Amino acid sequence: MENIVTISNISKTYAGGHQALKNLSLDIKRGEILALLGPNGAGKTTLISIICGIVNATEGSITVNGHDIVSDFRTTRRMIGLVPQELTLGAFDKVINTLRFSRGLFGKKPNPSYLEQLLRSLSLWDKRHAEIMTLSGGMKRRVLIAKALAHEPVVLFLDEPTAGVDVELRKEMWTLIRRLRESGVTIILTTHYIEEAEEIADRVGVINRGELLLLDAKHSIMHKLGKKQLHIELKLPVKTVPEILSDWHLELSANGSRLNYTYDPHNTHIDIVGLLDALDAAGLQLKDISTSQRTLEDIFVSLVNETT
Amino acid sequence: MNLHAIKVIYKFEMLRAWETLLQSFASPVISTSLYFVVFGSAIGSRIQQIDGVPYGTFIVPGLMMLALLTQSTANASFGIFLPKFTGTIYEIMSAPISFIEIVIGYVGAAATKSFIIGLIILATAGFFVPLEIAHPFWMMSFLILTCISFSLFGFIIGLWANNFEKLQLIPLLVITPLVFLGGSFYSIEMLPAPWQSVSLFNPVVYLISGFRWSFFEVADVSIGLSLTMILLFMAACLFVVWWMFKTGYRMKK
Ligand SMILES: Nc1ncnc2c1ncn2[C@@H]1O[C@H](COP(=O)(O)OP(=O)(O)OP(=O)(O)O)[C@@H](O)[C@H]1O
Ligand SMILES: [Mg+2]
Repeated sequence: MENIVTISNISKTYAGGHQALKNLSLDIKRGEILALLGPNGAGKTTLISIICGIVNATEGSITVNGHDIVSDFRTTRRMIGLVPQELTLGAFDKVINTLRFSRGLFGKKPNPSYLEQLLRSLSLWDKRHAEIMTLSGGMKRRVLIAKALAHEPVVLFLDEPTAGVDVELRKEMWTLIRRLRESGVTIILTTHYIEEAEEIADRVGVINRGELLLLDAKHSIMHKLGKKQLHIELKLPVKTVPEILSDWHLELSANGSRLNYTYDPHNTHIDIVGLLDALDAAGLQLKDISTSQRTLEDIFVSLVNETT
Repeated sequence: MNLHAIKVIYKFEMLRAWETLLQSFASPVISTSLYFVVFGSAIGSRIQQIDGVPYGTFIVPGLMMLALLTQSTANASFGIFLPKFTGTIYEIMSAPISFIEIVIGYVGAAATKSFIIGLIILATAGFFVPLEIAHPFWMMSFLILTCISFSLFGFIIGLWANNFEKLQLIPLLVITPLVFLGGSFYSIEMLPAPWQSVSLFNPVVYLISGFRWSFFEVADVSIGLSLTMILLFMAACLFVVWWMFKTGYRMKK
């Protein structure tokens, strides 16, 4: 797939001397949903702000659709929509007016029917004449999304779109994001919620301390790092793992009443039956067996911990 | 150039003035009327004509300037300070526009507002004193140039200020004293000689003098000098704004 955004060796040092991004490179593919995961202060917002023109990079370059974001900013910015992390809206403005403003600001001529369709798709049409301050937090977030889409961008940055949003609205947001992708928009979102990335992203990037630790298709991350565990509950607890089971690298937990076997589900040489036979041979009686899979969350936590 | 952007910025700034109509337009009219009552009627009756012009009439250009300068500065500084304060500036900074569109939109709207205020004050003054304008073309030119250059000045203040206190500081500490000491209510010839020379360092003197000349053909300094000064001031403001945007001063991190 062709790249729509190319980030090359971007570094950012803020005026205070803090280095928020360290020589970060990243390609965003046309039409994908890319989730950027990272703990607080990782540099996610900084990266997005640089691409959108709000923050100047200290070093490096970025192109959007082949155009440089500095020398050809008029072309690149027309293609980009940004939903900021904070709920920044004029309190006294009317919803429809702020959309008209956003559309014009990005150089598009008025198009009432497009704005109507946009507002309807975000369930905001009834609120079009309401002043922003009379809206709930979730509605404000949707107004921000509507503003970002008012000029029909082809790349959309969503900086924590579901922060402070209830479960139902979050699901609606995911549906909306998928629908946007279907209409051809490339979507980059940041999030702290692993389920969110797991749910909607095609690819996941993990940023920590200004560095990209990992970037891959969601499924291959799970594939590479997503080990499975087999939990074996014993009828009678044991003090140590019997000697004859040492080849299986079992781990004892729950006060000796559970044995854990970690394996790679994609490895065809895994022999679960063999293990069960070995347990039998060791004279252990089984009460129950269950398996669990590492989630992106586990992967994420262990990645971030490795680097801190 | 992104004409749509200029249009929406301008429209939205004007819309805000319209929504706060009373504050935007009525308050300068009321305060001007009060000046007429106090200076024009109460004090004016004790003052002889100045340069052959009745005192009440003489102060009209100065009063207009007082309103234009304070209103232009206040409007333009608030116009750009507000998005900075609420955070909505992110949208302007991420838009496909340069300082040209931003300045034309914001400064244009602020200048238009003070232009309208200037005309309203002129009309109000007409109720209190007899008025004749000797050079309508120059009167309008001075009016427009003043609105634009002080809106630019206000715009700079709005960009510079990072809190409400600073936003009010310059108008209060600089603009008002300069206008009062700039001969709004007197001819600087009425001052003792050393103060006359000091006054020549006050840029507002040139503004008021030129503006007054367009009404009554009397001036403290030559009209060419007045015009040069205001154009220089405007150029200086434009340069500062350009520099601020180029360096991202107090906007870009
Ligand atoms: N304007 C600024 N001046 C100085 N330092 C800043 C500025 N903005 C951000 N930083 C610092 O840069 C680092 C990265 O911040 P950034 O906002 O990009 O993180 P983030 O990944 O978006 O975090 P979060 O998940 O909390 O939103 C942080 O250490 C932050 O303190
Ligand atoms: Mg952030």
